[in-house]
Amino acid sequence: MGALGLYGRYAMASIKGQLNYPASFVLLTIGQFLSTIVEFIGIAALFSRFQSLGEWTLAQVALFYGTVNIAFAVADMISRGFDVFGPLFVKTGEFDRLLLRPRATPLQLLGYELRLMRLGRLLQGVLVLAIAVSRLDLAWGLAETALLLAAVAGGVAFLLGLVVLQATLAFWTVESLEVANTLTYGGVAAAQYPLEIYHNWFRQFFTFVVPLSCVAYFPIVGILGIDDPLGAPRWFLYLSPLFGFVFLAMALIAWRLGERRYASTGS
Amino acid sequence: MPQIAVQDLSKTYRVAERRRGLIGAGRGLFSRTHRAVEALKGVSFGLDRGELVGIIGPNGAGKSTLIKILCGILMPSSGHCEVDGLVPWDQRIRHVARIGVVFGQRTQLWWDLPVIDSFELLRDIYRVPEVSFRATAETLISLLRIDQLLHRPVRQLSLGQRMRCDIAAALLHSPSILFLDEPTIGLDANSKLALRDFIKHLNRHNGVTVILATHDMQDIGALAERVLIIGHGRILRDGSIAAMRADTPGQRRLVIDFSEDVGDITVEGATVLSRTGRRVAFAFDSRVTAAHTLIGRLTADHDIAELSIEEPTIEELIADFYASHGAVEA
Amino acid sequence: MRDAGTGPYRAIFAARFLMMLQYRAAALAGIATQFWFGGIMVMALSAFYTEGGGSASITRAEAITYIWLGQAFLGLLPWNVDPEIAVMMRTGNVAYERLRPVDTYFYWFARAMAWRTAATLLRAIPLLLVTSVVFDWVGLGAWSLQPPQSGTALALFLLSMVAVVLLSSALTTLLNISVVWTISGQGINVFTNSLVLILSGMVIPLPLFPDWAHLMLLLQPLAGLVDIPYRIYFAHLSGAEAIAGIALQIFWTMLFIGLGHLCMTRTMRRIQIQGG
Repeated sequence: MGALGLYGRYAMASIKGQLNYPASFVLLTIGQFLSTIVEFIGIAALFSRFQSLGEWTLAQVALFYGTVNIAFAVADMISRGFDVFGPLFVKTGEFDRLLLRPRATPLQLLGYELRLMRLGRLLQGVLVLAIAVSRLDLAWGLAETALLLAAVAGGVAFLLGLVVLQATLAFWTVESLEVANTLTYGGVAAAQYPLEIYHNWFRQFFTFVVPLSCVAYFPIVGILGIDDPLGAPRWFLYLSPLFGFVFLAMALIAWRLGERRYASTGS
Repeated sequence: MPQIAVQDLSKTYRVAERRRGLIGAGRGLFSRTHRAVEALKGVSFGLDRGELVGIIGPNGAGKSTLIKILCGILMPSSGHCEVDGLVPWDQRIRHVARIGVVFGQRTQLWWDLPVIDSFELLRDIYRVPEVSFRATAETLISLLRIDQLLHRPVRQLSLGQRMRCDIAAALLHSPSILFLDEPTIGLDANSKLALRDFIKHLNRHNGVTVILATHDMQDIGALAERVLIIGHGRILRDGSIAAMRADTPGQRRLVIDFSEDVGDITVEGATVLSRTGRRVAFAFDSRVTAAHTLIGRLTADHDIAELSIEEPTIEELIADFYASHGAVEA
Repeated sequence: MRDAGTGPYRAIFAARFLMMLQYRAAALAGIATQFWFGGIMVMALSAFYTEGGGSASITRAEAITYIWLGQAFLGLLPWNVDPEIAVMMRTGNVAYERLRPVDTYFYWFARAMAWRTAATLLRAIPLLLVTSVVFDWVGLGAWSLQPPQSGTALALFLLSMVAVVLLSSALTTLLNISVVWTISGQGINVFTNSLVLILSGMVIPLPLFPDWAHLMLLLQPLAGLVDIPYRIYFAHLSGAEAIAGIALQIFWTMLFIGLGHLCMTRTMRRIQIQGG
């Protein structure tokens, strides 16, 4: 059974386990939906007062917001294994058991749990996205759909890469460093606005060091069909989500190094 | 051609030293000194297909290090190791697909899932074709008598039930080698016997190579013809229990139930091992003092109700062996 | 059962407080995150002020001060349940609560108060220092926390913060009580969290909401957690208005304490029924 098929099995098993507690799942999901939508309510209120954010309208910002939230929700749903990697796998030695299975360990960690409750954020993101699309006067064709899917896919890859990097730290230090949470949640909080509004150094960090803008800003500008205020050429807008995958690939390389270290120092 | 070939295997850990005291702790922030712990020193041996080997040794002797290296989850510092032609840690995925591992203290089954769900997930992980999976699973389920447990979540099982399920889980992909680490720990007497029978059957009938690491000497006595004794990171002895007995030929124990109270009894040619009421156990060397001579000396002065002569138990044999090699618990 | 005096309440307060202070490492990591989040909110808000149209009753500097104060005192928000209670519920140890010769409600209140203040103290001081003084030094003055408007403002602000502690403890205790009542042992905070965040002013400062909502937003209880004290700080609410604001905080606090106290007897009975 290939990797994708196996992941499907893992997901089914996890869902089955969670559906044993249906009330809890429903409550948590609704709670998450509410917690996340208040963010957008805040943004809408600000637009109501200030009318615009430079060149950007509420509908446009909603497109950024929705896309980033959808990508984050998906990444969050599948990344629990990496979140708890340090305390539940390294500290306890459970990682040995993963190494004893003839599969790549990242795949096994992805399969650890599918956090259904993140559907709350996902639904919220879809809702906001729908609002954005309905209020924007866009010619929605193949290119736009492709860009949207690429942005979400690239976003998921990028955010997953961040979580993998944080988990990799656990191979070296016992202390749990919550750095990546800052970058994931913080990055998402920042990217719900078009990254253009921020100062230069902030944008540069999130383009060249941590390629958040490649998955959360440029492709969306592409969808909006406007000229990028930052001056990026058209072809770059289409290619940028790839950097999310590049980032993930680099994170996985770091992971392999960490694995090797684990195998040479023991647990 | 041995199935498992180990040559000069060594493993040294670098352990960060904890500094003592407040100043030490402060210094420790800036630099760490490391202490080298030699867990394995030049271990060599070979195992043929279908052998059943016991690995014993005091805690801290290097048993788990050796097992982990053989499993492929730990890299040695130097030396060679090949299992079925593969280098375990270098070719991890191919290697672990051929072995099964059971840890006594931990389960590899998914805690909240029914046992059968765990089995099916393992089938997918190990890429076992459906047909062979069905056949293997059925055999294992009936041999280990776990058919009633299949639909219960693992967290509801008792230790003995869980162990049987774990053993089945480790064999679903028909590995050629089975590693067992303390499999009978915490089990009641019946479960232990049943498990030993199963392992013996697996080894004799199916030709599965079994490597058993344990402190339970009854397991060793029942199963292992060949025993590797590890102490201080070295193989202290590689041979059979019978050979060990042959090495200490004369050790015997004479247990006598006297008909009367005997107080602080002594006899020439033997030492008193223990006294409980009227039962006294004597240790003697049968090459020096014949059993009947000893008995004669005792009956001369006392009335005897019952007596028995015993060879040393495996525990005693091993404990003496450890002691003589200075291989006590680290 | 108050013959024990305030001794037991002070004792539980001290115990919980000291325990929380041990979580220094986690606090440090948390502070970094807060700088980050606060910073993003400040940057976004600045962009609105500079590039947007419209007008607001609070200036940009005031809005930024509002945000940093919010981050500094984040620990005071009643947004999560005391994990100790959840553990007590799971293990059944909660039954011991009935055995103590104290008023259970105030016992829990003292516990909540200790938890909130300890969690806040660890983070507030570095955050306040850095966002006010250090930011000015390194040239980030445009984004720094401004000093209070005046001595009076400061004094009233401190009074208001005391009220915040009490209000938050009352709400937290209600949340903890809800843990006993919900089947999953999670409490109603799953829902109340979003309300707390938006209605207190943590998502965006309340004065930035549409004008028609202002009175409603001021009168609802959660405004007393964030909005009222911070507006007193930079004298957006001053003089009689400030006093009225504090009075509003006290009013809601008393209401929630009353509610909680009323619930407690029935809650204790429920613990008994559940077998503890």
